[in-house]
Order: sequence, then C-alpha cells, then structure tokens
Amino acid sequence: MITKMNHVSIYVLDQESAHDFYVDKLGFKVHTDAPMGPGKRWLTVTPPDQPDLEIALMLIDEGMMFTTDSAAKMRELVKSGTFGFGVFQCNDLNATYEELTAKGVEFTKPPTEEFYGYEALFKDDSGNWFSLGQKK
Amino acid sequence: MDQYPRQYLYLRAVRAKLFIDANFASSIDLDKIADEACFSKFHFVRLFQSIYGSTPHQYLTHVRIEKAKEYLEEGQTVAYACFKVSFDSISSFTGLFKRRTGQTPRQYQLERLAFKEAVAAKPLAYIPGCFAEKKGWK
Repeated sequence: MITKMNHVSIYVLDQESAHDFYVDKLGFKVHTDAPMGPGKRWLTVTPPDQPDLEIALMLIDEGMMFTTDSAAKMRELVKSGTFGFGVFQCNDLNATYEELTAKGVEFTKPPTEEFYGYEALFKDDSGNWFSLGQKK
Repeated sequence: MDQYPRQYLYLRAVRAKLFIDANFASSIDLDKIADEACFSKFHFVRLFQSIYGSTPHQYLTHVRIEKAKEYLEEGQTVAYACFKVSFDSISSFTGLFKRRTGQTPRQYQLERLAFKEAVAAKPLAYIPGCFAEKKGWK
C-alpha cells in the first residue's frame, strides 16, 4: 500500500541559481546538500509546511542520464517552459502573489478565480512552471 | 479601511511582511510599521493576521527563530545566533526557541550538525538509489 510521496525531481539549468530561487524567493528550506564529485551535487529543498517532501533540483548534465545531444534538447525544453511540475498551495493567493512579484518571481497568470478555486501561474528561474493555488 | 481598494490593503500588508523579512535583525518598532502602512494598529494587526495567520509580532519572532536556526547550523555559538537576530538575552532566546521548536538551541545545533556530518560521510545513504544509479553515483 502506497502511503505518501517523499521525493520528486525537477530538472534545472543551474543548481546554484535554483537554490537561490527556491530558498530566497519561494522560502523553501534546504534539506540535503551533498557534493558528489566535481560539478556534481545532490540538492533537495522542502516547502515550509512539508518538511518530508524533498524536491530534488536535478542539474541537466551529460552523463548516464543524458547524452550531450539529449541534454541540449532537455535544456531547450525546460528553458522554453515545456514542463509544468505541480501545484503549490498557499493560504492567501493575492498576498503571496504580491510578495513573490516583489521578490522578482515571474508570473504568467495573475490570481484568477476558477471553478476549482483561485489560481496563478509562475515560472522558476529555469523555465519550469507551477500553479499556485488557494482553495475556495 | 473600507475606502481603500482591497488590492491596496494587500500591498500594504505584504510590504510590512517584506519589511520584517529584511529588517528582523534590527530593533523593529511594529507600531511604526502600522503608521507607515497608514493603518491604525488594530486594523494593521487584524489584516496581517487574516493574511499570514499570525500577528506581526508573532511573525517577527518566527523569522528571528528561523534565522537563528541558520546561524546554529553554520556552527555559530548560541550567543552569536541570539544577539544576531536581536534577542536581548540568551535565557529568553533559549526559552522561546525551546517553546517553538521543542529543543534548546544547542540540542537543535548538535542534531543538525550531526545530520550534515552523516550526509558528508555517506551521501549515498541519503539519496534514493534510483536517482543515484541514474546519475552514475553508485
């Protein structure tokens, strides 16, 4: 029986820049930050109220996972906003929108009332997009 | 309050929060923030609480404790963390820290430093095998 999810991964273009985005702008906490050899790093962050969900910020690099060609294609896809990774939740969407905008987060959809609740869309520093929601 | 558009009120409260985020290490006069936000203190506290679920004072304490945790994780002394986030005394800081986190600052620090050392010594024990394998780390 599956009980919960504890790791998800997001592909990013630059782990240091992603660290700054998720920690300094979104307010996430670093869970694990381990150097894994030259240019390699295992970096996970957690949302403030969900310390047991590690979001791995995975660098798109050539190696066992990507060839030089597929890494270049993957970078292009991420950069152009192909991937939507999930829905974050907040208690007050308008306030969170204003705060993140003031911190330089780019929104592609302002807070909008939908039939399922209130929603805005934003992009991370790599180009991955997320929904930010507030339940009605 | 009713004469202001709702979005304007949000902006004021958000700015107050951002001010606390940026100035938690200084001696912040929360009454002054309410004045600058053009609110009566009562309305300011009520609006802030409705948005963030805590009063400005509670939020300021939260930010200070969270920043103190970062200093402790860096290996700084309890006294350093205490005064760096603008608490007046180590005993009041320690008491508040324990009420908020369930641990004394020193207990918290030892636990976090032990975790960091364990990760540094055996990182693969903290990385799901499937990821480590795909990355060629095992």
